[in-house]
Amino acid sequence: MAESEPELPAWSLERDVARSERLAAVWPLENPRDWAWAGSGGAGVDVCIIDSGVDPSHPRVGTVASSFGVADAAGELQVAVDRAGDLFGHGTACAGIIRSLAPECNVHSLRVLGGELTGNGDVLARGLRWAIEERFDLINLSLSTTKHQIAAQLRELADLAYFRNVSIVASAHNMPVESYPWRFSSVLSVGSHDGDDPYEYYVNPSPPVEFVAPGVDLELAWSEGTTIVATGNSFAAPHITGIAALILAKHPDLRPYELKAVLRAASSNELRI
Amino acid sequence: MSALADSAAQRRLLQSIVELARSIFRARACSIMSHDRATRELVFEAVAGEGADTLVGRRLPATTGLAGWSLAGEEPISVVDVSRDPRFAREVAESTGFVPATMTVFPLLGQGRALGVISLLDQAASPSVGIAEMRVIAMLADHAAAILQLVLDARAVPGDESSEALGALRRTLDSAGEADRRALLAIVASLAELTR
Repeated sequence: MAESEPELPAWSLERDVARSERLAAVWPLENPRDWAWAGSGGAGVDVCIIDSGVDPSHPRVGTVASSFGVADAAGELQVAVDRAGDLFGHGTACAGIIRSLAPECNVHSLRVLGGELTGNGDVLARGLRWAIEERFDLINLSLSTTKHQIAAQLRELADLAYFRNVSIVASAHNMPVESYPWRFSSVLSVGSHDGDDPYEYYVNPSPPVEFVAPGVDLELAWSEGTTIVATGNSFAAPHITGIAALILAKHPDLRPYELKAVLRAASSNELRI
Repeated sequence: MSALADSAAQRRLLQSIVELARSIFRARACSIMSHDRATRELVFEAVAGEGADTLVGRRLPATTGLAGWSLAGEEPISVVDVSRDPRFAREVAESTGFVPATMTVFPLLGQGRALGVISLLDQAASPSVGIAEMRVIAMLADHAAAILQLVLDARAVPGDESSEALGALRRTLDSAGEADRRALLAIVASLAELTR
């Protein structure tokens, strides 16, 4: 038997590879981006960034409508108003990307990283439940957990969001590991390509990652008003979140599966660009 | 005792990974740090290149910087021109003795949590870490995580029955939810009080 290369999951794709992928079905819509988001700035759409917090003073972020954090209150995980800001810079980077695409959307922050409870899957689950119950239109989740014990709980939450009309945009893990919730079909999962046009995104014909968006060498808002150039799937997801905000502002009644279909219809594969 | 259970062999394996990673990417330095959950610190376990003689055993707070993000978010990140963030550059300089131009950090994942991180500083082979490089580092990180798991297990289980019990308890605590973890710790504290 001939030796073959081990097949690695395509959790990110070089842009030239993504570009060469053709979708089997052609969407019967002319100028899909015109229909989907032309003229939209994301006004009225509430986006919750579940991350390390968001620095509201960063010029690339602008106004942050609300800031909450998950905290330990006498042994119970609770969500409370949070003024700790962003201890890492990562949430601020995500907010900056979303704001650059959808300048008129309402950015909300829910901090689950950076404090004493950092790196805890239960904190992520608690925060996600809160954001779903608050019924934000979009949740950007540029992180995941490898904790198998809470996978079922996260799947239940992803389904709850789906039926409550809350779309979760989750970054795929950069490493070939099992992590959640990006692998669930009820969320929009995003990996990276290495292009630099923020509106250039592709449908990945080889799931579980459904979309790839820019995630390599991006100039990003960071802590203390600075910018950095960084790489990671974390930064691909906010591109899809920003574009989704544009779409929902123009078509506020779209349900999550319809939003996913519109994103597919307006993808760069479909446009042959 | 098997070769892999020998701590010197494990340390050699850890060191070989940082040497290999440094060589592949022609980096100025490469390090592996473990996460000490009790003290909320990252501990240098193996270093190649800059800092190899001075950093092993040194501890840093686990809650800040790119290493802190990678550990907490269980995600890798690669940054070009680290010096553009003055706070971060200061943190890196304090931990390594120099400010690198580029830094790439991958979490070392095992048992449902990040056991530590592997960091590459100033990789000359590809200053900008693209998708292909990320795939290679991911494989190295997977390898390093498996060995770090052995190292951490060996520390908890030196060989006798009581240590094995403690090792099993530690693994249970590591994989437990926060509420269960607190409850288990309370039980352990009560047992210690009762048997004092």
